This record gives sequence, structure tokens and C-alpha cells, in this order.
Amino acid sequence: MVRRFGPSLALLLAALGAWQGVASLAAVDDLTLASPLEAAGALRADWTLLMENAWITLVETLLGLAIAVVGGALAAVAMHLVRPLRDAAYPLLVASQAIPLVVLAPLFVLAFDYGIGPKLAIVALICFFPITVNLLDGLRSVEPELIKLMRSLGASRLMTLRKVELPASLPSLFSGLRVAASVSVIGAVFGEWAGAEAGLGRLVLLGNNQLQTPRVYAGVVLLTVMALALFAAVSLAERAAVPWKRHGGAT
Amino acid sequence: MTTKLEALRSEPPSLAREGVAFEGVGRHYSSRRGDTAALEDLDLRIGNDEVVSVVGPSGCGKSTLLELAAGLQEPDSGAVRVAGSGAPAGRLERTAYMPQRDGLLPWRSALDNAALALECGGVGRAQARRRARPLFARLGLERFERALPGELSGGMRQRVAFARTLLAGREVLLLDEPFASLDSITRAGLQEWLAAILAEEPRTVLLVTHDVEEALYLGDRVVVLSARPGRVVAEIAVELRRPRPRRDVVTDPAFSALRQRALEALAW
Ligand SMILES: Nc1ncnc2c1ncn2[C@@H]1O[C@H](COP(=O)(O)OP(=O)(O)OP(=O)(O)O)[C@@H](O)[C@H]1O
Ligand SMILES: [Mg+2]
Repeated sequence: MVRRFGPSLALLLAALGAWQGVASLAAVDDLTLASPLEAAGALRADWTLLMENAWITLVETLLGLAIAVVGGALAAVAMHLVRPLRDAAYPLLVASQAIPLVVLAPLFVLAFDYGIGPKLAIVALICFFPITVNLLDGLRSVEPELIKLMRSLGASRLMTLRKVELPASLPSLFSGLRVAASVSVIGAVFGEWAGAEAGLGRLVLLGNNQLQTPRVYAGVVLLTVMALALFAAVSLAERAAVPWKRHGGAT
Repeated sequence: MTTKLEALRSEPPSLAREGVAFEGVGRHYSSRRGDTAALEDLDLRIGNDEVVSVVGPSGCGKSTLLELAAGLQEPDSGAVRVAGSGAPAGRLERTAYMPQRDGLLPWRSALDNAALALECGGVGRAQARRRARPLFARLGLERFERALPGELSGGMRQRVAFARTLLAGREVLLLDEPFASLDSITRAGLQEWLAAILAEEPRTVLLVTHDVEEALYLGDRVVVLSARPGRVVAEIAVELRRPRPRRDVVTDPAFSALRQRALEALAW
């Protein structure tokens, strides 16, 4: 752990040090650039406020992610089982990535009002693509020999899906989930920027307008921690769900 | 599963009942880079409880031959029958196919991989395990029940794959280079192991291999295929007593003569 992340940590500390140095220069206004120490101070001073808002953002992120996982898994399996559906939907799915989803946020607010709805919609929409496409690729890349084996053993299509294709595509699903976890927080923030009563994204936007620069930085730090924690949780879940990968080499 | 305990089987296998039959079989694959004829006008008959080894140069259509028998592919011309049935479903039902690589699922334990054959036939997981266990013990695998495939040696993996093939409970076994990935010592051990199992419990077996010695040691008959498109260029009856301790057999002058014939046919 130390050996792996040690150099990165050193680099991060050096960057923070440089930042502290620049921010401490007399010529730099505190409102333009807060120093890391000031950000840490804000983190301590505004802890309760930050946590209340972080909780709201976390709930939006997790619910949106959950919707994307369920929807994405269903879509991937349906496209895998029904070839014409895949042929029709796959190009559209890829093309849909050209739509700048986050700028649609205000439209969702118009459609769903100020509640949690638009945030969930944005998070779910951004996370849907990596989950669906990775799972679908995983389902398609199962070795043909295994499919032949299952046919020869007399397995039904659904049995092959359940016993071979789904377990075999778990590693791909988790790659998709890792991408989804890292972008999901961004989705929640954009959702809040389009209109919200609470949440870290809103707090950061508000702090920016009110020139509370240290608080903005504290909020950004928390959002980053949240995304990293989600990423780590997905990685842990993967280790639990795909234990055979650790033995290496097998198929 | 019936266990016939005839250790010595001196009589030639009965050709009365047909095991597997290929009649004028042709099979070609068309891909973007053109047409590949894998098999052409191939005739081959395998009697009931007969073990036939198929040798041939790489890419001559050996795997194609097995998949045709297994009902996983259809011939473009001619007919393939297994125990009298030419329909794909009939062939699927009557054969157990062991793919060229072991085809073990890395997330299932050794026992569960073998039991998969029963689960696919609609048996529940617990029941399938219970029924797989005795065979596992008989194949010398009892200590490895819980091991994942990634923790097993190559030889063990092949044994587990073979256990799965037997548990499918089919009349005809189709084995695609079952020992190809193993070192020569492990391979020799597994050949004796398979010979002992087949002596104890005769089956109709179509065994594909690269290895002429393996073909002669395990087969009642060795079929030599030509380079692509595969056609039968020689059939060599192996009249050696069973069971055959491998060391005695491979040093037998009669065996050397057969090997010579097979190698000549291959070079043809
Ligand atoms: N799905 C396919 N599409 C196109 N060509 C194929 C396909 N499957 C096999 N072939 C070709 O048909 C020929 C016979 O293939 P097959 O796998 O039956 O040979 P093989 O004797 O089993 O080879 P090996 O000894 O390498 O296992 C080969 O030349 C191969 O390239
Ligand atoms: Mg082959």
C-alpha cells in the first residue's frame, strides 16, 4: 500500500505545499485563491453544514447509481438475448454519448420540478452508458467453446445466461461500475446546479457567488472524497464478487 | 450409470449396433476471406463401445468432426448419425462433448464444475453435488472437491473436465485433444487413467489427438485424416490386449510397427 501509493502521496503533498506557498503570497487575494490551510479551516468550522449537504448529495448519487445499475443490467441482458434489439439499439446508445447530458439538467428541472427527480435522472443517465456497454461486451465475449459446452450438456438459453454468461461478465460489469461511480458525483452536482434547495453542489455554487472561497474548496474536497470512496467501494465489491480472478490465469 | 466390472475385454467391440456414423460428410466454412473446406466426403463408422482415435495434421477438421457428431454443427453434405439418430437434437442428447480446452468455469469449485453436467439436465445444485461425489472419488479427485480450477494443476483440470463429461450420462463420448495441454509425464499418467476407466466401463468414444502414440494406446482403431480438407487416409486396427500397461505397450515391437504405419499415413 505504502510502496504503491507513496510516490503519489509525496507528489500530492508537494502540490499542496506549492499551493500553500502561492496562496500565502501578499499579492494573492484570499478571495481569489484560498490556501489549503484555509480550506481545512473551513472544513472544520462548517463541518455540520457541509455534512448535512454532503448526505443529500450522497443519497442522490447512490439512488441514481442504483437506478442505472438495474436499468443498465436489464438493457444489456435484453440486448444480448434479442439480437435485432441489439443491432437497433447499440448504435443509438453510442450516439447518445454525444449529447451533453449535464447541460440537460435545467430541462429536467423544468420537467420534474426542484425535488430529487432531476438529480436522479442526470446521475442515472450518465451512469447508464458505461454499465450497459461494459456488461453487454462482457456477455458477448464469453468463449464460444463454453457456449457449445452448455448446449451439448442440454442447457437452456436462460440457464446458459445464468450459469455461464452472467458470472463470466462480472469483471466487465465491474469495470463499467468503476467508471459509473467516478462520474456519478459529477452528475449529482450538475443536477443541483440546475436548481436545488440543498446539497454539496448547491453549497459550492452558493459559496462561489458569496465569495466564501475556503468553503467552496472544502466542498470540492468532500465531493472528491465521495467519488473516491464510491470507487473504492466498487473495487471492494468486485473483490468479493469475483474471487476467482485473484487466483489468476483461469480461463 | 452402470458399472461393468470386466477388467479384461479381449473380444473385439461389437460392430453390430452402430455407435457413430459419418457418410460422405462434407463441411466447409465461409468467411470474409473465402471458403474453407474443412471436411470432404468423409466416411467413418464407430461401433458400439468402440474407442476410435482420430489423428491428423493441425487444421484438418478434427474438431469439426467432433462437433458434427455432437450435434453442434450440421454437415453441408452427407449424413451424421449417432445411435441411429441423424437429427441435431438426437445427436445432442446422445453425446457428451469435452472441448479442446477444458472448459471449466473458474468461479465453480471442481465438484460443482463436474456437477454442472447434472444441473444442465435439470437436477438441483445440492442433488447434483451428491450424485457427482462418488464418481469424483472413483476418479481420484476427492481431495480436490472444493478447489477452484485456478488452483488445480493441468492434469487435475482435465480429470475434472472428464468427470463432467462422464456425468452427462451419454452413450457416446467425444473428446477433443483431452491431454494436449499437458507435459508428457502427466499425459502418460492420464492416458493410463483413462484406459483403466474405459476398461472398467466401456463406452463409445471418439478421441481426437495430435499424438500417434496416444491414439494407438487408447484406441481400438486409429483413423488417420489427410490435411485439409480432411478425409480418411488410413484406418489401423489396434489388436493389443487390454488393459495395456503403457510401459509394456509402447516398447512392444507390434506397437512400433503400428506407429510406423500411422506416421507413414500421416506423412502421405
Ligand atoms: N467457425 C469457423 N469459421 C471459419 N473457418 C473455420 C471455423 N472453424 C474452423 N475453421 C477452419 O476449418 C478448418 C478445420 O478446423 P478444425 O478446428 O476442425 O481443425 P482441427 O483439426 O481441430 O485443428 P487443430 O488441430 O488446430 O485443433 C481449419 O482450417 C479452420 O481454420
Ligand atoms: Mg481442434
